[in-house]
This record gives sequence, structure tokens and C-alpha cells, in this order.
Amino acid sequence: MSLSTLLVLADGRLPAGAHAHSGGVEAAVAAGRIHDLPTLESFLVGRTSTSGTAAAAFAAASCRALTTRPVPHARSGDIEAAPLDRARLTALDNGARSAARVESLTDHRGALRDDSVRPAERITALDDGIDARTASPALRAASRAQGRALLRAVARIWPAAVNPAGPNPHHPIATGIAAAAAGLGPREAALTAVYGGLTGAASAAVRLLGLDPYTVHALIARLAPECDRVAADAAARADDPVDDLPAGSAILLDLDAERHATWEVRLFAS
Amino acid sequence: MRAEARLVAEADGRGGTRLSTVYGEPPLLPRRTGHHQNPTAAEVHLVGGAAGPLGGDDLRIDITVAPGAHLVVRTIAASLAQPSHPPAPSTLTITAKVGTGATLDWLPEPTVAVAGCDHLSRSIVDLADGATLRWREELVAGRHAEPPGDLRLETTVRYAGRTILRHDLAIGPRAKGWHAMLGRAAGTLLLVGPEAATAEPKIINRMPLANGPAALISATGPDARTVRTALDEGAANTRAHDPDAKPGNWRKG
Amino acid sequence: MRPDKRAVRIGIGGPVGSGKTALVAALCRALATELRLAVVTNDIYTTEDADFLRRAGVLPDDRIRAVETGCCPHTAIRDDISANLDAVEELEERLGALDLILVESGGDNLTATFSKGLVDHQIFVVDVAGGDKVPRKGGPGVTTADLLVINKTDLAPLVGADLGVMARDAQARRGDLPTVFLSLVGEPGAAPVADWVRDRVAEPASTPRHHEPTPAHTHGP
Ligand SMILES: Nc1nc2c(ncn2[C@@H]2O[C@H](COP(=O)(O)OP(=O)(O)OP(=O)(O)O)[C@@H](O)[C@H]2O)c(=O)[nH]1
Ligand SMILES: [Mg+2]
Repeated sequence: MSLSTLLVLADGRLPAGAHAHSGGVEAAVAAGRIHDLPTLESFLVGRTSTSGTAAAAFAAASCRALTTRPVPHARSGDIEAAPLDRARLTALDNGARSAARVESLTDHRGALRDDSVRPAERITALDDGIDARTASPALRAASRAQGRALLRAVARIWPAAVNPAGPNPHHPIATGIAAAAAGLGPREAALTAVYGGLTGAASAAVRLLGLDPYTVHALIARLAPECDRVAADAAARADDPVDDLPAGSAILLDLDAERHATWEVRLFAS
Repeated sequence: MRAEARLVAEADGRGGTRLSTVYGEPPLLPRRTGHHQNPTAAEVHLVGGAAGPLGGDDLRIDITVAPGAHLVVRTIAASLAQPSHPPAPSTLTITAKVGTGATLDWLPEPTVAVAGCDHLSRSIVDLADGATLRWREELVAGRHAEPPGDLRLETTVRYAGRTILRHDLAIGPRAKGWHAMLGRAAGTLLLVGPEAATAEPKIINRMPLANGPAALISATGPDARTVRTALDEGAANTRAHDPDAKPGNWRKG
Repeated sequence: MRPDKRAVRIGIGGPVGSGKTALVAALCRALATELRLAVVTNDIYTTEDADFLRRAGVLPDDRIRAVETGCCPHTAIRDDISANLDAVEELEERLGALDLILVESGGDNLTATFSKGLVDHQIFVVDVAGGDKVPRKGGPGVTTADLLVINKTDLAPLVGADLGVMARDAQARRGDLPTVFLSLVGEPGAAPVADWVRDRVAEPASTPRHHEPTPAHTHGP
């Protein structure tokens, strides 16, 4: 993996339309919920642990679908997400989803993966999975607009890119496609997604509120380890069934996005 | 405590609904509560013995609504998710299957995250093509001003085999930054079926979903009542907020 | 017409309030009956603007697309043109073959120019109200635009701006590149600019204006 290639993909100056999206900040500022550094910090932390974590997971899974998979091996016993694991175990002997759960566990324990799932089908299922996680039509449209913009850049920068997703995939899917095209792996795809979401929103807040850019960047630096953690977790789950991937819901982001889309004058597209 | 409840509703062949199974173990106690104004539906209240769920509980509710039947499930009061000593997580797993032409109204009262709780509620709903669903979830961060424990509602709803909604609502110490994303009280009301598609003029908190004939009504607020009001307003002009209502009389007078 | 070529794209940039929207309106008025044209605006855009363009230029609403620039108007036309390219392509897709697309930038400063990846030609609009020093200051807009428009000449006496000085400075900065003086109050058709635009649409493209490849769509391995 090339570190500088990761910087190319994660650079906020990559011409992929990010500057015109505030990640919900413009609406939250208008609603008075973000007005200073502490309120921005809460927003960024909450956003990262919900939609940021989901975006990371879907970027990692998309990238994995398009890159050679490593030989599966047992996950080490570092699983901390107690609720998820409880859920996993609870499901083993119960309900319609147990079959899928067993399959996903089996994967991690080293049984042969089901290679009949072709990359294109996996990508389609992942794109569907983001739709199922995005209640707001405005957010779905914003995600697809950013996916399209990123693919436009990818097609010019890495012309050999493989894209089974059509021209308007969700942004995390496009991020996975971009990472695979750039020779990066699922973890880097996830990192690009979660870090891009964080810095995009932070930078919008700087522009809208005139916050001190040094303190905002100090905040980004404080949250960087969280991005690493989210990305590592996303990569570890990159082969999970789509329904098992993170789905943290942020109702305020949905409602804000719907209101924002009705404004007559907007500075940001979303 | 492990406990299980099972509800099976079937069409009675005369345009009504018959409950063929109403089974529960404490604290999951289902009571038939009849449904006078709407003879086509069967109604069950979960009366829940003690306040709960408590740490260590492993609760399951399994619901089947056979083709053509209409089941309404409610709870009589808010659920208080509470910690145990020593601390242990609690889980509630709800599975529901709804057949073609069948309707499930799952309209419980909110779940309150009491300080120190560690509760996970997982719902998996499988709807056949042509099924109708109203599925409400509400959560409240603590009683009064107490800091909430961990409460997480994980929901998967499939329609004709396709996942139309997948979301986790989480509050508490593990859900970092939750208050900026959900507020102290939050809720959703999922509508699936023909009525989900119609909303003119557009209601801002009622969002059409991408993968099926469904809309999600979402709300946040300082307390449960605000949230409920917003969900009901989002559902205006549908029968969702008032399953007793008859077509042509959808708005409560 | 230009069946096998995409529309000519002309960017209209310049400082806040210099008359970009007024010029777009004038061009629509002059050209809408003879050219198939559409407008992308990066302005902080209101229905008032749309109404204005509709009234002024007989340009229906569906021929105008607004682009949000995230508080960075110059980024959207120069460093990251993806939203503008999307808007242009969406108009072409929806309206069928077009001859001309005008892209109005958000009001910015003297350094904001259009990327060649977005437009084929660009017009930079300044006005005399800021004083006659503007062309002398130069900057990429004044120096390199394919056409410099010095607008609001009707105000020159009121602000004590010497048009002769402006013409001389502009020529010094721009060499052979053309400069046009305009008052959109006195001459609502913007005739010299409309003529210049007609020439750009008529001339054979120096480099073929192919459609941008839309985002790759290949089938997976
Ligand atoms: N006196 C005079 N006023 C003009 C002329 N051209 C435009 N204006 C006025 O100048 C004001 C600004 O014009 P616009 O066309 O909105 O300027 P703009 O460059 O689009 O402005 P932004 O998009 O906000 O940067 C309006 O009130 C116009 O009516 C002119 O030639 N003379
Ligand atoms: Mg303007």
C-alpha cells in the first residue's frame, strides 16, 4: 500500500465535489445546534459514530469486493463491540437471520467463502444497503451526487478503474471503487470515507461560523485516532453480510437534510 | 431472566382476525384487548409484569401475521431498561413475519434508558409482497435529567426479501455524540404498504424510502410526548396513528 | 447547427455586483431566438434571479440550473469543477442538443478564473463603479479572460472614472485580447458581447469539443 496514494485519495483538494457539501453542518448551524467549538465537536463525534462509521464500512466492503481477497482467517479475540456480538450469538439459534449470521461467522473462522457472489452483485447489494440506511431522500441524492463526482475524478486519474456500479453510486461505494483503482485496500477506503466526512463537515463549519481554523484542526487531530479505529473495524468486517454492517442512525441529520433541501438560498449542496 | 412470547394471528375466513396463539412468560404477558371499532383486527397489549427489561434479561417476542390477518400490538406503559447488580446486558429480540394482504401494527410505548442500563433491542421484520406494516420505535434518554445508560435499538425490515430499512438508534456512553444526532428523545414510525406512498403536500419528517413501498417518519425532541406528537403529525392522512379509523375518516375529528 | 458537437461553454466571471447576471440576461434576450441555450449559475441564487432571467431573456426555468459552491465560488469554477460539469451535462441530457451554455460564476475577486476543463471561453466582467484602477490592478481575470467587459459606463461620470485610462490600462494588461465597454442600462442587448459570443459559437473548435467521458462504467472482473 502506498501512503502517498492514500494522501492523494484523501486530500480535500481532490476535485470530487466535496467542497460544496457540508455534511449537515449548514442546516445544523441554521438550526442553532452548532454555534461554537464544543457544539461542533459533539456534532462531529456523533456524525462519525453514525453515518461516518457506516460510510467507512461500505467503502471498505466495496473495496474488498473489487480487490483480491486475502485468505480468510480467524478474527483474533479483539472484538469489543459487545452489543453486536451479543446480537450475533443471540441470532445463532433464533430467527430468520440465523442462517446469514452462521455464514458470516463461518467466514471469519476460515471456512471457504461463498465465491459465487460476484463483485458486481456484491457492489449492487452494498449500494442497496446504503439506500436501506438512508431514510432521507435528500441525503440519498447528496450521496449519489458525491459518488458521481468522485467517479468522474477516478475515471480521469486512474483510467483502469473497475466500476460495476453505474454512474451514480452512493459516495461510500465510489470511495471503495476509487481505493481499489488506486491500489489501496479496504482499510484505506474506510479511512478515506470517515476522514473525508469529518474534515468536510469541519471545514464547512470554519467557513460558515468563522471559527478559528487552528482550534478546529486541533479538534480534527484529536478525532484522528477515532477515524483509525473506525477504519480498522470497517476493514475487519468488510466481508460481512450487508444487513450486518453498521447502520447507526442520526435522525437529526435526516430531518435537517430534508429541511435544507427546501431552502431557497443554500451555500452548500447538502 | 429468559422469557418468550409468541403471537400468531390468522384470517378467520369471515373478514376478521383470529388469534391462534397468544403465549407469554413473565415479564412478557400478552393480553387480548379486543378491538371493538375495528372488527377486522385483533389487538394484543403486552402488559409486562415488573418494570423492565432488567440487566441479564434475554427476552424474545415472535409474531406471525398470516395472509389476510390484521394484528395490532401495543404495550400498556413505557419500558424502563434498567441495570442489574452485578451489571449484565439485557436483550430483547423481536421477530415478525407478515404475510401477503396481512397487516401488523407494532405500536409500543417508548423505551426509557435508565442510568446504567445496557440494553439491546433487535427487531427483524420480514414482510411478504403486499403486506402492510406500521412499526413504531421510540427511545428516551433517562428519567428526568438522569444520564442514560446504553440503549440500542437495531432494526431490519425486509419487504419481499429486500431490506428496505436497516437502522440502529443508540444512546448512552457507548454511542458517542448521540445527543447531537438524536436529542433526548427520538423515534421513528415506519409505514409499509400502499398508504406509505401518498403524502401530498410533502411532510418534512416523512421520508419515502428507496427500496420499497415505504416511508419513515422520524422525530426528535426534548421528551417522549413531543416525539409522539411529531410522529402522529407525520402520519396524518394515513391510518397509522389511528388504526381504528376507517377509510374516508382518516383524520381524527 | 452542431449536431455532433457539444454546446460551446462560455464562463462569465467577475467581482460581486459587476453585472454578470445582467449580462447573462442581455445575452439571453439577444440570442435565445437564434441559439439553443441554457444557463448554469453559481450565484447565491434565488427565485428572484430566476424570475429576472425569465422576464428578461425569455429563458424558461428549466433552462437554468443553479450550483451550490460551499462558500467557495472560485473553487467551483476552477479547482473542483465537478458540480458545474454535472450541471452542464444534466442540462444537455435533459434538453437535447444545445448550441451554447453560459456559466455564471459567483461574484468573487479579480483572481477568480474558469478552468479550461469547464469552459471553452471566458468573459470577465468588471465595472467602473469601483474606480478606473481596476484594469491597472490586473489579476488573472482581467489579464487572461478571452473578453473583458467594463460595465456600467453610465456611472463613469458619477464616480469620476476615466474610461480612456481604463482602456489604455486594459490594453497594456491584455495585449491583443479584446475589451468591450458596456452600459447594460443604455444598451440592454449588449450587442458587442452578443456578437462576440455568436462568433465563438460559429467558429470551428480549435480543439474538438468532445463530450467529457462520463464516469467510467465498466463491468467487473
Ligand atoms: N447603472 C448600471 N447598473 C447596472 C448595470 N449593469 C448592472 N447594473 C446593476 O448592478 C447591480 C448588480 O448587477 P448583477 O447583474 O446582479 O451583478 P452580478 O455581477 O451578477 O452580481 P453577483 O452575482 O452578486 O456577483 C444590479 O442592480 C443591476 O441592475 C449598468 O450597466 N449600469
Ligand atoms: Mg449574479
